[in-house]
Amino acid sequence: MHKNRNLAFHLYMALFLAYLLIPLIIMGGAAFNDSKLPTVYPWKGYTDQWFIDLWNDNRIWIAFRNTILVAVAVAAISVPIGTAAAILINSLGGRIRSALYGIMVAPILAPGAVIGISTLLFWNKFSVPAGLHLSVLGQVSYIAAFVMLLVLARLQSFDHSLEEAALDLGATHSQVMRRIMLPHLYPAIGAGAAIAFFQSIENFNITLFTRGNADTLTVYVFSKVRSGITPTINALALLLILFTLGLAVWYELNRRRKARIEAAREAEGRRAEEAALL
Amino acid sequence: MQELLRRYGVGLTAAFIGLTAFWLLILVILPNVTLFESSFRPYLPVVDVGGPLDTYSLNNYMKVFGVPVDVSVLWMTFQVPVHIKIFFGTIYYSTLVTVITFLLAYPLAYYLAKVVSPKSLPTLFLLLFVPLWVSEILRSFAWFIILAFKGPLNALLLNIGLIDAPVRWISGYNSVIVGLVYTYVLFMVFPLYNAIQSLDTNQIEAAEDLGAPWWRIHQRVILPHAKPGIASGSVMVFMLCAGSLLVPTLLGSTSAQWFTQTIQQWMLEALDWNTGAAYAFMLLILCTVFVSVVMRIFRVKLSDIAK
Repeated sequence: MHKNRNLAFHLYMALFLAYLLIPLIIMGGAAFNDSKLPTVYPWKGYTDQWFIDLWNDNRIWIAFRNTILVAVAVAAISVPIGTAAAILINSLGGRIRSALYGIMVAPILAPGAVIGISTLLFWNKFSVPAGLHLSVLGQVSYIAAFVMLLVLARLQSFDHSLEEAALDLGATHSQVMRRIMLPHLYPAIGAGAAIAFFQSIENFNITLFTRGNADTLTVYVFSKVRSGITPTINALALLLILFTLGLAVWYELNRRRKARIEAAREAEGRRAEEAALL
Repeated sequence: MQELLRRYGVGLTAAFIGLTAFWLLILVILPNVTLFESSFRPYLPVVDVGGPLDTYSLNNYMKVFGVPVDVSVLWMTFQVPVHIKIFFGTIYYSTLVTVITFLLAYPLAYYLAKVVSPKSLPTLFLLLFVPLWVSEILRSFAWFIILAFKGPLNALLLNIGLIDAPVRWISGYNSVIVGLVYTYVLFMVFPLYNAIQSLDTNQIEAAEDLGAPWWRIHQRVILPHAKPGIASGSVMVFMLCAGSLLVPTLLGSTSAQWFTQTIQQWMLEALDWNTGAAYAFMLLILCTVFVSVVMRIFRVKLSDIAK
């Protein structure tokens, strides 16, 4: 009976993966179809026209550059803010802690449109015009919360007596920070920076309301889709998917290599143990 | 706080507080206060701002009651203002999408947590993560292609003889639902997986040994344990749906408006930022109410949801 049940589950998993992946394959496939509209059916023959068009599209390169600039700025601002907030909240307790925590995670749940509009209106009061700088500030307001959560989780495994020891041995405050606290937090800070970068690239809602006239990739694709699409968008999509896939494969291979080394080490340890016993 | 001063000194402590205050005050609280304040002010030409015409009123909020349209529920027809209809439509369809994603995700999360061998887990997760990393706009664009009137889905169904004539998929809210489910289903899978995975498998086996049928095990053992996961998954999916602007714009027909689209029209087409602010504030209230209700029903805390 368990066997039948497991078979049904495996089948469901396979169907689910097909459901997730087939749309992406169809979208990628349409990049090679020699048809003015992006589709895979009817198939009008192979072409690489759309990749050439993509390469020659100036606006897309500008949008690409903007996206990267915004993402770097968001990561550079969110990481110190998130880290500082995590250290601060970790030293607090009771009511203040939960109140602050609530305010900090609320932007994650707030709709992007609300964040975008409130940022736009606030800076408009000081005559700051809309533009990508406002997109950066709007995005930081919720992305900093992700960094804060990651660093806060990492802080739970931090041994504060290390800092005590350093202070007793005469270390200055900044040395304690630089040599003891930060090195412990580096994995969380690195993960936070990566998440901040990719969240920012993904962002659409906040950027749409704060961008002024500037384009980012998501806004550009959006305007293209609304104003008459050509399969250049499919060519771009395929390149982005392949890039993602490349990252994923690299990550998986890295993981497997690490697991193999780990296993080899364990085996070696066992052999050494056995030898010692003999 | 004393601790912080002793460990890191005045300079660093001030820096921590300064950075946090900049974030919470300048980037979060004050912009929202501005949003709230401007939502009560009229939309005026620049010269009149601050003048005698610039008074507080509820006029911006009253605009939701303009332009009535017919709405039929079951066999009855009502006259409902169009923005109210869109507002409640957004709530209704976001809830529907949340329920559908739960039904799709629950068996999968259970499978990942309790059935599949742990060795193949990382690979499966990677396969699930790839679509999540592909941007939201491209994922909805994929369905735009698939659901097109002369697109591959109709061609396939015609060829295998399931339908006789092509179906207009992009009509009403249908295509929006399809797109939202596809885009956000993974935000339900992962919280559910985390919750089910923390259940001791012995509890399931004990229930089996005592003769409980499989559905009762789910009802009495697994579902109650998965409550925090259900809560956080539902909150995530509902928020993302209600706040989504991309999917409804890309996949919605003209008759299927989403509340975020109305906000966008006030902001970017009518350029009436004050009414836009009022509408954005209503969306914020809706989301706050939804989170509080879910937290009350499932008896979970905010720290359980935001992980």
